[in-house]
Amino acid sequence: MIDVPDLDIAALAPLLLVLGAACIGVLVEAFAPRHVRHPVQVTLALVGTVGALAATLLLALGGHEDGVTAGAALAVDGAALFLQATIAGLGALSILLFAERSLDPAKSAFVASAAVPAGSSRDRELMTAERVQTEVYPLATFAIGGMMLFVAANDLLVMFVALEVLSLPLYLISGMARRRRLLSQEAAVKYFLLGAFASAFFLYGLALVYGATGSVRLSDIREAGLDGGGDVLMVLGLGLLIVGLLFKASVAPFHTWTPDVYQGAPTPVTAFMAACTKVAAFGAILRLLYVAFGTAEWTWRPLIYAVAIVSMIVGAVLGLTQTDLKRMLAYSSVAHAGFLLTGVLGLGAGGTGSGLAATMFYLLAYGLTTLGAFAVLTLVRDGDGEATHLSQWAGLGARSPLTAAVMSLFLLALAGIPLTAGFTGKFAVFRAAIEEGAWPLAVVALVASAVAAFFYLRVIVLMYFSEPVADGPTVGVAGIPTTLVLAITATATLALGILPGAVLDLAEQAARFVG
Amino acid sequence: MSASLYLVAMIALPAVGAAVVAALPRERSLLAKQVTLGVSLAVLLLAVLATLAFDPGGERFQLTSSISWIPDFGADFALGVDGIALVMLLLIGVLVPLVVGASWHEADAGPRPPRVFFAWLLLLEAMMVGVFAATDVLLFYVFFEAMLVPMYFLIGSFGGPRRQYAAVKFFLYSLVGGLIMLAAVIGLYVVSTSQLGEGTFAFDALRQLDIDPDVQKLLFLGFFIAFAIKAPLVPLHTWLPDSGAEAPIGGAVLLVGVLDKVGTFGFLRYCLPLFPDASRFFAPFVLVLAVVGILYAALLAMGQSDMKRLVSYTSISHFGFIALGIFAFTTEAGTGAVLYMVNHGIATGLLFIVVGMLIARGGSREIGDYGGVARHAPKLAGAFLVAGLASLALPGTNSFVSEFLVLIGAFPERPVFTVLATAGIILAALYILLMYQRTMHGPARGVLLEAVDDAPAGPPPTGGGGATAVAAAPAPARGVLRVRDLDRRELAVVAPLIALIIGLGVYPQPLLDLIEPAVSATMSDVGAASGGTDR
Repeated sequence: MIDVPDLDIAALAPLLLVLGAACIGVLVEAFAPRHVRHPVQVTLALVGTVGALAATLLLALGGHEDGVTAGAALAVDGAALFLQATIAGLGALSILLFAERSLDPAKSAFVASAAVPAGSSRDRELMTAERVQTEVYPLATFAIGGMMLFVAANDLLVMFVALEVLSLPLYLISGMARRRRLLSQEAAVKYFLLGAFASAFFLYGLALVYGATGSVRLSDIREAGLDGGGDVLMVLGLGLLIVGLLFKASVAPFHTWTPDVYQGAPTPVTAFMAACTKVAAFGAILRLLYVAFGTAEWTWRPLIYAVAIVSMIVGAVLGLTQTDLKRMLAYSSVAHAGFLLTGVLGLGAGGTGSGLAATMFYLLAYGLTTLGAFAVLTLVRDGDGEATHLSQWAGLGARSPLTAAVMSLFLLALAGIPLTAGFTGKFAVFRAAIEEGAWPLAVVALVASAVAAFFYLRVIVLMYFSEPVADGPTVGVAGIPTTLVLAITATATLALGILPGAVLDLAEQAARFVG
Repeated sequence: MSASLYLVAMIALPAVGAAVVAALPRERSLLAKQVTLGVSLAVLLLAVLATLAFDPGGERFQLTSSISWIPDFGADFALGVDGIALVMLLLIGVLVPLVVGASWHEADAGPRPPRVFFAWLLLLEAMMVGVFAATDVLLFYVFFEAMLVPMYFLIGSFGGPRRQYAAVKFFLYSLVGGLIMLAAVIGLYVVSTSQLGEGTFAFDALRQLDIDPDVQKLLFLGFFIAFAIKAPLVPLHTWLPDSGAEAPIGGAVLLVGVLDKVGTFGFLRYCLPLFPDASRFFAPFVLVLAVVGILYAALLAMGQSDMKRLVSYTSISHFGFIALGIFAFTTEAGTGAVLYMVNHGIATGLLFIVVGMLIARGGSREIGDYGGVARHAPKLAGAFLVAGLASLALPGTNSFVSEFLVLIGAFPERPVFTVLATAGIILAALYILLMYQRTMHGPARGVLLEAVDDAPAGPPPTGGGGATAVAAAPAPARGVLRVRDLDRRELAVVAPLIALIIGLGVYPQPLLDLIEPAVSATMSDVGAASGGTDR
């Protein structure tokens, strides 16, 4: 006799909406005629993600009681809802970037048929064909669904399933760039291989923790930790679990895939990964560390402390040497992962302190800013696709003042200059860290911020203070989707910097875990 | 809380003005200049009205207004001024319209539209007012950092040949200082959380804290390093000569005249009252830096061949005097230091503007490229002389009063430092007078010289890049020095500053009345010997 677990349909609605949209998307791909697929798929993906955003907001504002559902496999609490809403919102913006058709002469950033070998005659034919492929939309929607499951997972097995649901589609769509296909495919393979290792680490860790505690449920693991203390199996398992998650969050020293994949993947996909995957991975890290291992802090605190420092330094220093904007933003993402870990450490033992709220706010702010920055990258193009080499951006300010101004805003926000979202986020996480006594970490973070500021500034210097190069890139006229994304992200970056009170308040209220 | 809108208006007006100017169409650059001038004059008017509304004998902070800004951080959008901040606002009010006038044709020839220049200028004015008017430490920090952005673009977009290097150096130095200060700001907040139960950034609440001396020392250093970079004190000064030399003249005036004063203002407003024990502990070190700065920067100034770099170094020397006045911990010296901040803004502002006018005529910043200008442009030379004499603190000019106050105020407490600093006055006379003599007197020579047809071997006809060529040519004695004297616009720019130099040199009492109570309150916070009046 199998017990049917209780299902709180209302609490599951956001997940059901997104995953449902993805499933219907697969059917559309199979049965709808080719010419209607693109509008239908885009609509479907947007309905799923925006619907999920609305559903989480309704749940949060309707005062849904915290609890667990689906046989305690899923947590429904403030943190889960806040992060799910963030992922759904950023996901919807990414879908809009995917749907941009007016920038590339071939109408899409994605290859028409990914199975055709790069460089073959068929490939050259397809280069100029007007055909667009639409599999990316259900794939991306699946990934968004996986991410939303990831941050709500209340047991390690569900967390692993969510990890795979979010990763597999990402591996695929990273390899689907329309231009520079070999680079894109190499990125996809690299991402897949390293990602598979990370998943294996996670799974192995899961097995060890199960062996030590006899349960995969986060709350049971905590109970076991209270009784058993520092069981070797459990500590080993925890270490392996963390490695798997840090890989996804592109924290140094597990970041080596990041620059290559960010560079090779189609830019809208890079934007999607940089914004949404980061949120999902950190959501899972927070939940794992504080719900499952919150009572065994001494085991992981030094580790995270060290990793945060390494990540900030590696990201800031290696970012200095980059000449490609996508790689530069990748290292920036590594550095920001370090700053986020500073916030993770700012959460006190009993869930006290402002670390959780600060980290969630930072994730939202960083996600919006980095999404916007990558969206600007899609606009600046030469004959061979996007012009991402730094030198090609010289004098952009004179040629296209608005694009340069928006990019400068995002760069200043990434550097953490006041009156932008980046400053508010940094202030929040550093405050949380210093309150918990981690002030040496905060000092390292400030030094790293100063170093990182140099490479953001370098782009501004190039855009404004250098003379334009002769055969420089052109700035494409963005269609409605990209314009919408830029408008939303730029407004939000400014708003979260000048008047962040309301959103900070929301994060503060949402900062609670069940389990 | 009673809300006074003067300060809010002084921030909002230029900020809105900047947006309007930036949104004007490209071809309406004259309108952009007129709007900028109008807005900056309106801010001056507001500053004057605010001064009239200010009661020197009243509350420490007046014209206050406050609304909750980020409740989660305990930060308010709180504005208010004491006498020190008020005189700085007056200085901003006076300098910005004159800078607009002096920069009227600054961006006309460049590739970038002039309206961008004036939009950044107005935004900078809004930020500068904000930084002096904030009474919430986080708000102060936000303005302190945000102020960098307009200045960065002014230097980087409209500066000299090495503007990229100078702009980035300026930004990074200030940003590093700012980030160190951010750590201290957060640290202060954490201390306030533990002592008051609820974190706050309100200056008045933070002043009441009783901070452990060791923590005080760390926090003091966090603030001090940021301000010492800003001010700048030796050895953190190396960015200023580059920025001062490469910035457009308007930017350089505001950079040295106002922006750098945020550093010395910060010493007085934040370092001394918030960390009195640490201030007393570190005072000897700061005084060493101050005196070394006075002498070292003066020596370096003498060695400069670039006029804008020279003026920048003189400023570093003067900032040493200001720091000496502040860290001597007497009310006289402190009052003198604040007055010095204002007077230095006026005198060095004029010096930069006049040097800029000369450079606009000759196209070169080298002293050696000019000579004998006085005979053909007596008004220009006259303004140069007044600015120079004010800069070396000749009695009768405004700077004399402040320098004298600093020295007699500091002498009873710190005789050795004061005597050493006095040597700086002699060096000041040397570097100023040598520059004046070389450029304005002597035989006509340099880039302004135009070859006469019958000259046997004249210099190259055009002055562009002629700096080295002319210097190498064997004394081209024959030629005609053609130099325009000051036109009406330029006279309108320099005349008010000259009037202020003389006026404040003869009758500084109104400013002293504003400054003295605030300084004496600050000095009693730090527990100085001669605390002056109560509070």
